[in-house]
Amino acid sequence: MNREDFPMLNKDIIYLDNGATTLKPQVVIDKIVDYYTNYSANAHRGDYDISFKVDQEYEQAREKVRQFINAQKREEIIFTSGSTESLNMIANGFFKNYLEPTDEILITTSEHASNVLPWFHLQNTIGVQVKYIPLDNNHYVTLDNVIKSITPNTKVIALAGITNVIGDERPIKEICHLAHQHNIFVVMDASQYVPHRKTDVVDLDVDFLAFSGHKMCGPTGIGVLYGKKELLEELEPLNLGGGMNESFDSPNEVYFKELPARLEAGTPNIAGAIGLGAAIDYLTKIGMTKIQEYEINLRKYALEKLIKIPYLDILNIESDSGIIAFNVEGIFSQDVAYYLNKYNICVRAGNHCAKNLKSEVGVKNSIRLSLYFYNTESEIDDLVELLSNKEKMRIEMI
Amino acid sequence: MDENLRREIILDHYTNPLNKKIPENKENYEKINTNNSSCIDNLDIYIEIKDNLIKDICFTGEACAISTSSCSIMIHNLIGKTIKEAKEYILNFKNMIDELPYNEDILNEALAYNNIYKQNNRKHCAFLPYEGILKILAKYE
Repeated sequence: MNREDFPMLNKDIIYLDNGATTLKPQVVIDKIVDYYTNYSANAHRGDYDISFKVDQEYEQAREKVRQFINAQKREEIIFTSGSTESLNMIANGFFKNYLEPTDEILITTSEHASNVLPWFHLQNTIGVQVKYIPLDNNHYVTLDNVIKSITPNTKVIALAGITNVIGDERPIKEICHLAHQHNIFVVMDASQYVPHRKTDVVDLDVDFLAFSGHKMCGPTGIGVLYGKKELLEELEPLNLGGGMNESFDSPNEVYFKELPARLEAGTPNIAGAIGLGAAIDYLTKIGMTKIQEYEINLRKYALEKLIKIPYLDILNIESDSGIIAFNVEGIFSQDVAYYLNKYNICVRAGNHCAKNLKSEVGVKNSIRLSLYFYNTESEIDDLVELLSNKEKMRIEMI
Repeated sequence: MDENLRREIILDHYTNPLNKKIPENKENYEKINTNNSSCIDNLDIYIEIKDNLIKDICFTGEACAISTSSCSIMIHNLIGKTIKEAKEYILNFKNMIDELPYNEDILNEALAYNNIYKQNNRKHCAFLPYEGILKILAKYE
């Protein structure tokens, strides 16, 4: 649906790599061009009209994010460069100061690198232990397994809301409820969640949440760190400089601004934030529930067809999102991707930044289709037709 | 080169690559990993050099049809060459890939990649095994 809104869809491509990044609607592109064309000034300088407008637009974007994820306060929305930066800020700005060497952090083997490496870093620097919640046969996180993994030393549970290869949705609300009974913090990597679900941080009750703008029709280089206000107050700014300080008369007399400015040092990604605001308006207009339903139906349509191809090994028959990961028996995943590329079909081959997942699913690499609301059944038909002819694939993969 | 012949050469070396194994006397070999940061090809190459002569090359790992076949053909062409001959051969192969003048006569089946420049994202795949070998050969002379 809404295909006419996307200039990239006029380019005769079938884009099935939305887990990596999404296409941008014209309204988002226009909003960014409008900033650079008509009021291209810095933020936080109210002295002249166009700068005043920048502040207004930038703060409006923050308000849009706040409403979109139902945060209670504007101070709880910090603009970052993306999920990666958000998660690194959470780990190094908050937990590095908070955790003791005996403490444990729970993650899973299906996390993206950006929700693994910051925790590994804490293990290597302050001596905490990173442990894994076991996944069930469908590679899902069950509440039972979370309960079994919790020890008196568990202090953090850091999970993707929806994973980027299996596409399973985690019971975050139930996990938060359980975790909080044990004084455990929950960090949610929502990179694949916020673009595809109606998000309500109050209902979920997560302590921290991270997502990226470019995976939800917004620009690259902008993302969000959400945290409960009382926790963000304790998050040490890792970037110090302009825009975040109140005064600095001497090294002993440095005063920082209040949230959210304190955590947004330097000139922010103004165009990015404003573009993300436009993307949020755009998605809201379509409706997140409608987007979710559409994707799940389209995945079902694709799965029913793909499953009939005997030499396809599908890694995630069960999934809650628009992701299908598979391999073609006897053909390296990258060769399949190159073959599809000859027909202008964009899919991803590789380990999808989830390198620990290989121990779980038994294969290192796969082809991943990740759908969004602008994909269609007819695109799936084209893909299925190409995958249905193995001999053609073998001849044309080189 | 005839398209069918090209395909046949590449597929044959992909399906039945030469020396895709860990060598028996590993201690006589130098090992190097070569991988491609923009894709997922990842090869370990083992090379045995004695008296300035390439005695044997083996490889293991996971890689696409182009990388795997190119590695197999490279091995076929390099075994028995002196270091100097090997370097000349590799330079020649690189020139072919980069659309520079090259000598067709010494490339044999490696000529199957003489139009790989048309697929920019696969040039890297074809040259990947050579990158590994070059790192080792650089230590000689």
